[in-house]
Parts: sequence; C-alpha cells; structure tokens
Amino acid sequence: MSKRTFSIGGVHPHDSKISRGCPICPLPLAPTVYISVAQHIGAPSVPCVAVGDKVKVGQVIAEPGGFVSAFIHSSVSGTVKSIGPRPDLAGRPVTHIEIAVEGDEWADGIDTTDTLITEIPSDNKAIVEKIRLGGVVGLGGATFPTHVKLSPPPGSKCERVIINGCECEPYLTSDFRTLLEKGEQVVVGAAILRKVMGDVPCTIAIEENKPEAIAHIREVIAKLGYDGIEVMEMKMMYPQGGEKQLIDAVMHRQVGSGALPISVGAVVQNVATALAVYDAVQKNKPIVDNSVTVTGECFPNQANLLVRVGTPLRYILDYLGGIPADAAKVISGGPMMGRAVANLDAATVKGTGALLLLTEAQTRRGEESECIRCGRCAEACPMGLEPFLLQKLSRNADVEALEANAAHDCIECGCCLYSCPANIPLLDWVRLGKGLAMGAIRARAAAAKAAAEAAKK
Amino acid sequence: MEKLLVSPNPHIHAPVSTKTLMRDVIIALIPAVICSFVFYGWREILLMAVSVASCVLLEWAITKYMLRKPSTIGDLSAVITGILLALNLPYSTPWWVVMIGAVVAIGVAKMTFGGIGQNIWNPALVGRVFLLVSFPTYMTTWGAPKGFVDAVSGPTPLGAIQEGLMQGASVQELTSAFNYKDLLFANLGGSAGEACALALLAGFVYLCCRKVIKPWITLSIFGTVALTSLIFWGIDPSRFTDPLFNLLTGGLILGACFMATDYVTSPMSLWGGVIFGVGIGFLTMMIRYFGSYPEGVSFAILIMNSVVPLLNMWFHQKKFGRK
Repeated sequence: MSKRTFSIGGVHPHDSKISRGCPICPLPLAPTVYISVAQHIGAPSVPCVAVGDKVKVGQVIAEPGGFVSAFIHSSVSGTVKSIGPRPDLAGRPVTHIEIAVEGDEWADGIDTTDTLITEIPSDNKAIVEKIRLGGVVGLGGATFPTHVKLSPPPGSKCERVIINGCECEPYLTSDFRTLLEKGEQVVVGAAILRKVMGDVPCTIAIEENKPEAIAHIREVIAKLGYDGIEVMEMKMMYPQGGEKQLIDAVMHRQVGSGALPISVGAVVQNVATALAVYDAVQKNKPIVDNSVTVTGECFPNQANLLVRVGTPLRYILDYLGGIPADAAKVISGGPMMGRAVANLDAATVKGTGALLLLTEAQTRRGEESECIRCGRCAEACPMGLEPFLLQKLSRNADVEALEANAAHDCIECGCCLYSCPANIPLLDWVRLGKGLAMGAIRARAAAAKAAAEAAKK
Repeated sequence: MEKLLVSPNPHIHAPVSTKTLMRDVIIALIPAVICSFVFYGWREILLMAVSVASCVLLEWAITKYMLRKPSTIGDLSAVITGILLALNLPYSTPWWVVMIGAVVAIGVAKMTFGGIGQNIWNPALVGRVFLLVSFPTYMTTWGAPKGFVDAVSGPTPLGAIQEGLMQGASVQELTSAFNYKDLLFANLGGSAGEACALALLAGFVYLCCRKVIKPWITLSIFGTVALTSLIFWGIDPSRFTDPLFNLLTGGLILGACFMATDYVTSPMSLWGGVIFGVGIGFLTMMIRYFGSYPEGVSFAILIMNSVVPLLNMWFHQKKFGRK
C-alpha cells in the first residue's frame, strides 16, 4: 500500500533532522525563571500568587482567564520575585511571573517516579478535569487548551482521535525523541484520549523518515495490548502536521473553511500533548517542562533538552556553548513556521518545541523579481489557494476579492514563499490580505448580530 | 546585545530561482542545438549566436536606457528567446533578418509589455511570425543542409504535401516519399528546430523530470493532434495526412515542448492547461488541413496565448474543504 499524505499541495524541504541522535537530557535549572501568563490561545491567565510567596514545582500560579484559557503552574520551587510586563520573544510586553529558584521541591500529590501506570481512570469527566487542572494545551504549535478540544459542542461526534507524530518541519526532533524514549507514556496518553472521546479508534501518524519511532510505537502498542490504536506510516510531506492536512491524509475528509476538525469527526492531538495528558491524568503532573530541540548546522552542540517552562532562551544557548559567531537568526520552532526571536532574554513557554540557529546564507531571502507565472506557489499551497493572485489583491487592498479567493483560509505554512523562484514575499502579502478578509468577515458578523439585537427590541 | 535577524516565516527557501529554471530550459535545448549543428553546420551556430546576442543586448539596452530599471538579463530568459528564435528559422536566414526578428521578439513582444512575466505572447514566436509575414522568401527557402551528415534537402515535409495536393497528387503518394524514421531522427529540410524530434523530446523529458514544467500542456497538444488527424485521415486518407506524420513534422514537437509550455504565456491551472493544449492541437490541424500556410503551430500557440487570461480566470485550483 502506498503511504498516505494530504491531497492538495505541499512541499518537501530537505528534512535536516541532524539532532535525531541526541537523547532528551534535562537542562540544569536556571537561577531565575519567567513564566508568561499568555502561553496558550485564548484569554491570558490571571496570576494567583503574590510577590514574596514561596511556590513549589507544579503549584498553580495563574488561573484560567476564561473558558478558552488554561491553568499555569510554577515550573520551579522558589520565591515569587515580581509579577509584571516583560518582553516576550518578539519584544512585546507580556505579564510574566518571575520566580527565583531555590532547590527543587515538588508540590504534594505529584508522582515524580518513572513507574508506568497503564490503568486508565473510568470516569471521563474526571479525566478531562485532570487535563484542565494540569494546564494541558496543544503542544504542536497552536497551544489550544486541550480540555476545550476534548469537550466537543453538543451535536458533534468524534469518530477518530489522531495523534500527530508527523513532525514535518525540517530540523525538529523533539517529538521523534519523545516517541522513542517515552513511547509507552505517549501510547497510554493516546488510549486516554480515545477513551474520553467515546472509545473511538485512534491513529498515531508518523512520517516515513522516522522508521525507528514507527517500529517502536508498534511494539509498544502490542506490548501494552491496547485495542483500537494503530500506527500509520505517512509519506514525507510538509505541512502534514497541519491539523486540516493530517485529517485529510488519515481520514480522507476535508474540514471546511472556518470549521473545526470535530465537524468531520476528528480530534487531533500532538505527540507531546499525548505525553502531557498521560502526565496530568496518571501522574497528577501538570505541564512544567517540555522537550526542546536546539539545532542548526552552525550550532556544534545539538541537543534535545527537557526544559522547565520559563527558562530564558539565553540560558539554554549558553549552557550549550553560546551562540556561534556565524549564526544570524534564532528561530523558536521550525524553519517553515517558527518565529524569529528578537529578544534572547525571553523565556520558554509550554509550546516552545525548538530553537533553531541559521546562518545568514541559510536564511537570506533572495532579491525579489517579477512573477513569471510559473504557478509553483499555487501548486505548493496545501489549502488550494493562489498566492500569486492573493498577493496582488493584497497589494491593492481589494478586500472583496481577497475574501472571494479565500485569503482567510491561509494557514501561513510558508510553502508559497518557500517555492517562489522570483522570491516574491508571497506569504507576507497573503498574511496581510488574510487580515483584511478576516476583518471584513468579523465586521459583517458583528453587524448582523447588532441588527438581530435591534430587531428584538 | 547581539544583532539578530528578524523576519516572518518561512526562514528557508527552496534552491530554485527564475535563473535556475531558465538554466534548466537551456540545458534541455542543448540536444536540439547539437543536432542542428550536426545537420546544418557552423552557419546554424552562427545564426544562433547572432540571435542570442541580439536578444540579450536588446533587453539590456531597453532596461537600462528606456525603462531605467535594474537589468533582467541575468535571469537568462532572453537567452532562451534567442535560442528558440534561431531554432525556428531556416539556417540560411540572413543575419540582419535574424536581428529584426530579435527586435520584434524582445523589443515588441516582451519589453513593451513590461518585460519578463508581463508579455501576453511568446516572444520568440511573435518574432518568427513577424519574419514569416514580412520576409516570406527567406523564411520558406529551405536550403540543403550543409552539416556533417548526408541529409535530404528541399522543402519541408508539410510544404511538400501542400504543394503536392495542389497539383492533384494524393496524400498516400506524397507521404510515401518520407521515411518516418527519418522524421524522428531529422534528415529533412526545414528549420533547425524541426531537425531532430528525438533531441527535442529528450529535452522535454529532462524538463519534466526536473519538475520545471508539467507535461499536461504538451501531452494534450500531442493527443489532440493525433485524435484530430486520426478522424480526418480515417474519413479520407487521400486528402488528409495520418496522425504519426502530423506528430513528427513541422514545428509541432518544438512548439509543444518548448513554446507552449512557456510559463508566462500559458495557463496556471491543470484544466486551463489542458484546454490550452487542446486548443493549440486543434487549431494546428485546422491550419494544416485547411489553411493557406502549410504549418500552423506558431499561429495556433499565439492564438491560444491570447486566451490565457480568460483560462486563468475560469479555471482555479480546487480549494481545500470547499465545494
């Protein structure tokens, strides 16, 4: 059988997984951590500790600021030094809780042993509550609060849970190492997720460039004797880890524009999220750390590190020997969708999966020239959009045409700009156009709502 | 504090640029260039040199002195126009006629519209058709090849057929004069680009393997030509030439592989491309069977070039998750 992948577009960059051989090692504790209250999509959390308070590892330090929000826990033990704005990795001020590290004392009730617990609690509501209390958010990039995803709106039914182990971005290896080293925990996490969604089947999707992980997870499933969990070997293709693309690849169903995965019966969770679910449900351990790939051809000490949330980026890089002289760009995440770091004093968040260092030659954008209408951008776009057209419409701020041509469907994967021979900053323009189209859609929705309310009166 | 580069994603780029794509097209044309050298000798190479030099120089001069923009000759597209123009001309064409062709191709068909990416019609073909209309004598005088192999001289196969039909001969008699193996391997009178079908096809396969072009435009042209001629030939084999003859003669292979697939002047979507190809194939056969010119590929491509904006408007890629 040929390996599956999604049906539209995609590119295949060199996978550059140079840190695949580095086991996940714990990073020594930083002297001070800075824990952001905005680590997830949705409302920022509200701090519930005061300056001077003593905290333990795993203790709640901020509570959800709304339904779509998450608990935040202290990742270290020590004293709260300050609560206030601090620049994040883009340099924008975000409220952080600064904690001076003293020892490593964990909060009561957290099981810190390595014992594997395969017995899954029977009460689904209790499981989801534990996931909520554990501050679990999607660690594949979007950091959407997991308990919200696991509580589908009435009328919708989940038919399959997909565990995303594609790791389709070049360079990243933390999910791969997690699958190899914590395979049992990930599989138990997957079993928990499929039980919560109503004993639906579960697919763990792993790309073909990780044969060791595919073999290992198959072994683990056989060993643990779980039913309803299978491993699917995927063709290597970026952006397969994108939620809509992965559902298309695994289930041959396409999530409509603006719709949620649950509308086609799918719930997708990342490998790291499945591990976090295991920790939260089986070990009472909230998200206090996550594995981070530190890599790049110019970076000699490649590593996969277990990093406490809130560790300054500079501390991580210094631990591994500092930034090499020829590194020009530090990226949080992969080279296709990661964000360029403007401020190395920023701290990691739950969703930080990688620090990638690129030289100027590797990351330089070529000089822009005329579009030659080769159509490569449209061929590469996994959403079936026409970036060459959208960028023109965006330059002209033609909101109506942008919406008609589905600019708001763009997932910002970067395939268009990556493949443009004329080096036109396609995604930059499309992103602006997407903003315009979304603005128009929202304004219309708001106007309709206001009109409906006026009619009621 | 260290200086860090900050920009939006993506942070890496595929190893591809306009220049690398054009370079691949030039590489794909090398077998045909070598073939035309073998059949037609140094004069053909000289003709090509004049054509390429005129095209490149003209583009450089126009960007520098008229448009006052950075020069675009580095993208190598003018080199391709030069090679294609030369391949479309009889090797005996005088050098000054070639230069006029280059002026029309680059000056009128390409730069008037704003240069690369903006032109509506394939520049080399506009140049060729201009010369065909303006200098019919030079353009249809197919001298005997003076190359390094023994080759048949005389009119092009298509020209010979049309001539013969007018004198009342039947197609069967006329085509029996041609050995189809010769058609595949060249040995016939005509422009250099018609010289060796196999060399051109090798270039086409190279471009497809390198993913520079998609094969669907070319294949739909071949398919339509084969089907149209099959129907007419089936109806009256004494008046209409057979499919294989039509596939192997004239500029069909050169046009279908290298001119119709020009990015700028062909549709971007799959179905747009297929319709574009079908249109070219059908018009070519109509001109060949019923037109006053023996050969119609150039006109067919130029006519379909004009329809490309419409095809781009009508045919879009299927969007994800939308009906």
